[in-house]
Amino acid sequence: MYHKAHEVIKETKEKNCRISDVVLQNESKLTERSAEEIREKVREVLRVMQDAAQSGIDKETKSVSGLIGGNAVKTDQFRKTKQTVCGDVVNRAIARALSSSEVNASMGRIAAMPTAGAAGIVPAAVITAAETINADENAMIDALLTASGVGQLIKKNATISGAEGGCQAECGAGAAMAAAAIVELYGGTPEMAFDAAAIAIKSILGLVCDPVAGLVEVPCSKRNATGVVNAMACADMALAGITSVIPFDEVVDAMYKIGKSLPAALRETSLGGLATTPTGETIRCRLMKGDKDTLF
Amino acid sequence: MSNISVFEIMGPIMIGPSSSHTAGAEKLGKAASSIWGRSFDAVEFYLHGSFAKTYKGHGTDKALVAGILGMSADDERLRDSMNIAESRGIKTDFIEVDLGDVHPNTVKIVIKDKDQLMLTLVGSSIGGGNIIITEVDGSELEISGQYPVIIATHKDTRGMVSKITGVIAEHQLNIATLEVSRESRGETATTVIEIDSAAPDSIINEILQIENVISVRVLNAIE
Ligand code: SF4
Repeated sequence: MYHKAHEVIKETKEKNCRISDVVLQNESKLTERSAEEIREKVREVLRVMQDAAQSGIDKETKSVSGLIGGNAVKTDQFRKTKQTVCGDVVNRAIARALSSSEVNASMGRIAAMPTAGAAGIVPAAVITAAETINADENAMIDALLTASGVGQLIKKNATISGAEGGCQAECGAGAAMAAAAIVELYGGTPEMAFDAAAIAIKSILGLVCDPVAGLVEVPCSKRNATGVVNAMACADMALAGITSVIPFDEVVDAMYKIGKSLPAALRETSLGGLATTPTGETIRCRLMKGDKDTLF
Repeated sequence: MSNISVFEIMGPIMIGPSSSHTAGAEKLGKAASSIWGRSFDAVEFYLHGSFAKTYKGHGTDKALVAGILGMSADDERLRDSMNIAESRGIKTDFIEVDLGDVHPNTVKIVIKDKDQLMLTLVGSSIGGGNIIITEVDGSELEISGQYPVIIATHKDTRGMVSKITGVIAEHQLNIATLEVSRESRGETATTVIEIDSAAPDSIINEILQIENVISVRVLNAIE
């Protein structure tokens, strides 16, 4: 039974278990399904995530509007052939996050996490972390349960909708969920996982939702890429023993209050921010004029 | 207990690009056509807030129509839903409106057949592909679509609720929640009953047979 992160942490201590165990037990009680059935359902979700994180790397994937696409391929080529700034692991994660968002924008099949706009972050984090430490599919399923547990708390105490809370509620939530998942995969404690999650949200507090022309493309796709990097950096900090001065539960409350005070123009209506920059406006006008979808 | 399932966070497995605008919209469309349950030749979508501003770019229009056609959120034909509707002779219209102080992703769906109004539904896509239905045929309510629901409007007279629940009990259906609201005393009341498992089609006529019942709608759970 939990509404807050501190309750989850308490339960992991009492039962000497991980966040994913608490989340799984809760789900089992809530849905009256066996742990095995739930894990099978998560496995299905994981497979969809793996496909979406890979297909944009294997093949250049253009969005329906034609505005974005092909960046996952570019990142992957760059990583394979040149000296990167952030190193191979980070660039693998970036390519995967870009792939999922390009597949999403092409009206392909994805799994929302916690939403479709932010669906690239957690899969890129979990797949890349598992690959790096040679973790198996079951460990990835656990990581997704932990990520979802963090998402449950954000949804319960704040929001995961860009229209309500801005992009901090979507890509911010995704990064927090991913950070906690990585920490658990790497054997960190539940406290470390929530510290990582808290730091991830703190890093993007106030981030507005301002999609150009109302499409989940610009800036969404790149925010997925930086979202996974945010998560990885926060996971590393937490694993190093760095704590969040403001606890996760209070960070989530702050995020919700900030979201509520954002003007409607910056909450998915495309009436402000990047959407109303000269370039953003030009793109919107071109898109509105033609009744056909593909214009770029 | 955290009463949010992990699958409200992880998933749905869906066709992009937006869980609020694609998956949620598809569910709202599906809820409307599933409550109506018969054929129809026209649908009007009144779009509010973020739905009104961004429906084209997010494919909300395609998703609403896919839902109306009964497609699921991970059906890859979703991007062709407009053409499919046209080929089935269903006319679709999109109108931007201000529905007042409601969730930013709200739509009013009006189903028509041969110029007759058949059903109206107001609902919101509240994030992550989840929905809330706030109005059916003008009666205010609050249902998530996760459980089957029976909506009965009737005269506000004594014993109505027990007569309706009596019919439900005869079908061995377990009631999860029950809510009665009325416009004013002695006039029309709406009883909304969430049940644990799907109701048979015949239940509509059985409840309609009760004296003073005006209309009955059934929405079975939408995935
Ligand atoms: S900018 Fe808006 S639409 Fe894009 S990912 Fe962020 S919350 Fe979603």
